Amino acid sequence: MGIQAWTFLIVGLSFVLYIWIAIRSRAGSTHEFYVAGGGVSPLANGMATAADWMSAASFISMAGIISFMGRDGSVYLMGWTGGYVLLALLLAPYLRKFGAYTVPAFVGQRYASQTARLVAICCALFISFTYVAGQMRGVGIVFSRFLGVDIEMGVVIGMVIVFIYAVLGGMKGITYTQVAQYCVLIFAYTVPAVYISLMMTDSLIPQVGFGGVMDRLDGLSTELGFAAYTAGNKAMIDVFCITAALMVGTAGLPHVIVRFFTVPRVRDARLSAGYALLFIAVLYTTAPAVAAFARTNLIETIADADPEALPDWVRNWEVTGLLAHEDKDGDGVLRYRADAAANEWTIDRDIIVLANPEIAGLPDWVVGLVAAGALAAALSTAAGLLLVISTSVSHDLYKGMINPAADDKRELLVARGAAATAVLIAGHFGVYPPGFVAQTVAYAFGLAASSFFPVILLGIFSKRVHTAGAVAGMVSGLLFTGGYILWFTYLDPASNNPAGWWLGISPEGIGTMGALVNVTVTLAVTTFTAPPPADVQALVDRMRVPRG
Amino acid sequence: MHAYWVAHLRILIVLLLVWFAVSFGAGILWADWLDQFRFGGFKLGFWFAQQGSIYAFILLIFAYVAIMNRHDRRHDVHEEEEGS
Repeated sequence: MGIQAWTFLIVGLSFVLYIWIAIRSRAGSTHEFYVAGGGVSPLANGMATAADWMSAASFISMAGIISFMGRDGSVYLMGWTGGYVLLALLLAPYLRKFGAYTVPAFVGQRYASQTARLVAICCALFISFTYVAGQMRGVGIVFSRFLGVDIEMGVVIGMVIVFIYAVLGGMKGITYTQVAQYCVLIFAYTVPAVYISLMMTDSLIPQVGFGGVMDRLDGLSTELGFAAYTAGNKAMIDVFCITAALMVGTAGLPHVIVRFFTVPRVRDARLSAGYALLFIAVLYTTAPAVAAFARTNLIETIADADPEALPDWVRNWEVTGLLAHEDKDGDGVLRYRADAAANEWTIDRDIIVLANPEIAGLPDWVVGLVAAGALAAALSTAAGLLLVISTSVSHDLYKGMINPAADDKRELLVARGAAATAVLIAGHFGVYPPGFVAQTVAYAFGLAASSFFPVILLGIFSKRVHTAGAVAGMVSGLLFTGGYILWFTYLDPASNNPAGWWLGISPEGIGTMGALVNVTVTLAVTTFTAPPPADVQALVDRMRVPRG
Repeated sequence: MHAYWVAHLRILIVLLLVWFAVSFGAGILWADWLDQFRFGGFKLGFWFAQQGSIYAFILLIFAYVAIMNRHDRRHDVHEEEEGS
């Protein structure tokens, strides 16, 4: 059996599994559709959260990005894991106790205001839509690279699969498919990593093994004119701010927060965050190892290569356009150098994960497994985001504002309809990606950091903050961060460099400042306004204790 | 109730200080200095930035779970063993 056949077989089997789970776990009420009936075990929720969280970008692109950034890649590693500490300690248990179905519902009740709820709905929809478009595109790209299907066709296939389990099962269907998807994606990620670790070092564990290639990699990098792999290029303040923005943004992403509404008790929400991070860390500690191994291997293979004696995997990936060479000086040697004039290779970062199985000489079925893993990562995240979109529409907008008298059956119908519509819109963006999507996905974290995180945090830890402060904070945080990003991407792209940035903070890291702006404005407005009424203060008191 | 919450906040602050120290501290602010030490082939600052901080985060959350469950029981606000 060839690579193509294996890939079709493994991807096909994984899809059958997801649909089978979806049919087994249909939602019968809004309680099941929104929070899977609230009876998910902490372990299962941990796995589902891990799959929900790790997107196509984590699976396909992250190791490649780290591979080319070296030390600076740490911002993603720390940023996208450290946020779970904030989530576990500062948000998840209290929100579970509060018992709302959505983040906007919490904001609306805590601040006793439909305006605050509406602002929160807009934030949730904007963040989720920009994020989900990237996932659908990712599904299309995986299909086109591994199965030779058009990107458009790939997006449509992805839409059909998500449609079946998100519309049918809601949170219930999504939760149990995400558990399966986590298993598929983590197996697909670690198997090639273990093999490549054995190939490059004597260690079976990539996390330990890659210590052995660090000095070799530093030497190779500087020899070719690159910065040493373990030295960074970014300024410390920017590294600090990007890391903080990603951490705070992670904790503020609505599709991650709602996962903690599905467990039975407060203590389960705490434990579940621990499991989630543990499962995420399996991939996040493997990624830097893969990055270092693949970088070393890549440099040693192509730094001074004979065009007649290139290994097979180089030829295979040149066909896809992810790798290209041109012997500019015609001397029969292909050089890979930092200096653009002397460099004769063009390398797409995604190749680091995608070509791994072939570089390590693994059997054909592993390539199929990697394809299934990448699809699992993209589909699970897309489903989680679509659920946030549909619940925002049905629970917050329809039931909360338009038709509060609607019965459960009618609300469920609206939820399904909203999920179906959201799938279609997301698919549309996947087929025709608007230019802003690729950029804004990276900034979704900054926006979440400067809107949701402070408003939820203050809602729990302050009894004094009320409507006016919260709304002013959210709006000013969003305007500040959004404005900074728009300024440097559209209005003045020429000065989008360390010298042009405010305090040397890149648009990627500005969410940190946005969160501070939000908190400052909220607290300032709070000093001039009346404290919330006694019933809201009692609500906060109840939220702070697990029982009672 | 007040005593519960004050002690609760104190636990959170201590844990968050550790969280800050292992990531922003060891991985960013003091990383260059830590790089003079070696650990399993890694420069220590680099190891914290790409491995150590993540392990520390996991330990932190599980420590938090254990400490909070005990704290809840001590103040008699813990949940029943079966569901809520």
